[in-house]
Amino acid sequence: MLTSTDEWKLYGETFKSRLLLGTSRYPSPDILAKAVQLAQPAMLTASLRRETAHAQDSPVFWKLLQSMKVPVLPNTAGCHSVDEVYTTAQMAREVFETDWIKLELIGDDYTLQPDTLNLPSAADKLIKQGFKVLPYCTEDLVLCQRLVDVGCQAVMPWAAPIGTGKGPLNAYAMRTLRERLNVPMIVDAGLGLPSHACTVMEWGYDAVLLNTAVALANDPVHMAEAFANAVKAGRSAFLSGAMQAHESAQPSTPTLGTPFWHHA
Amino acid sequence: MLIWINQQTYELPLDATLQDAIALTHIAPPFAAAVNAQFIPKTLYAQTLLNDNDKIELIVPITGG
Repeated sequence: MLTSTDEWKLYGETFKSRLLLGTSRYPSPDILAKAVQLAQPAMLTASLRRETAHAQDSPVFWKLLQSMKVPVLPNTAGCHSVDEVYTTAQMAREVFETDWIKLELIGDDYTLQPDTLNLPSAADKLIKQGFKVLPYCTEDLVLCQRLVDVGCQAVMPWAAPIGTGKGPLNAYAMRTLRERLNVPMIVDAGLGLPSHACTVMEWGYDAVLLNTAVALANDPVHMAEAFANAVKAGRSAFLSGAMQAHESAQPSTPTLGTPFWHHA
Repeated sequence: MLIWINQQTYELPLDATLQDAIALTHIAPPFAAAVNAQFIPKTLYAQTLLNDNDKIELIVPITGG
């Protein structure tokens, strides 16, 4: 059963919330701030871009990020090689003053599928430089095992491609992965509904990371709250132990002593 | 010599450092720098000599997922 002390740990640090929230694509900084205030996420993701006209909102975002007082998880979004990841992570560490890094190494621009063949070597390189690596990966069991082998203390399998909102597409693989690996696992990407988040938490995942499902909702603030509640519900259900499903109906009301039984 | 900062060209003297190059821009902290895709810590800006056609990236925090 869920208690107020249902904390969890990543790289030795304790978190109360099991929701990690992205900061992109919100209608306004004010709406982002209100969503964060209601959802109370464990971490907020952020990124880095060239200082150009496209990044003109950077000072506003930086000020907001500092005011929200939530740990920041920088990402390496857009990187296509281990070298790009390494350089970006180092730059992120200096800017955000944190060793946390969400490792994104893209292998296919159309699906934004991670480069699964090079992800372990990228993680290995970052971990050896003292980063606390949270790798965005697929639900492939062997890949996740390799990431753990090189020192990742948690993995972040996708539910579906980034931004699709399709929810967990491969339930069998995700449930198998959860059963096979004994490290914290955060479902990252592809969640569209609070029920998706609730489902993966029911399967025993430790947390979820999402962005678009909240940011593109008609009411992002209350959708953030809905996701936070769904995560808590799923976690509580997992801890409570669900009943076994049955093929045939089983009456919940006792049948013994049913009046008028077999009178006809 | 010619250097590139975020894909724009700038003229700098031959003994210019990364710190000199950054001073040409109006970038405000926080930011981080890389020269030819290699990260340069801010403590090394003043002693990092540039070469002709070096490519400097100055990056700033933005929203992300």
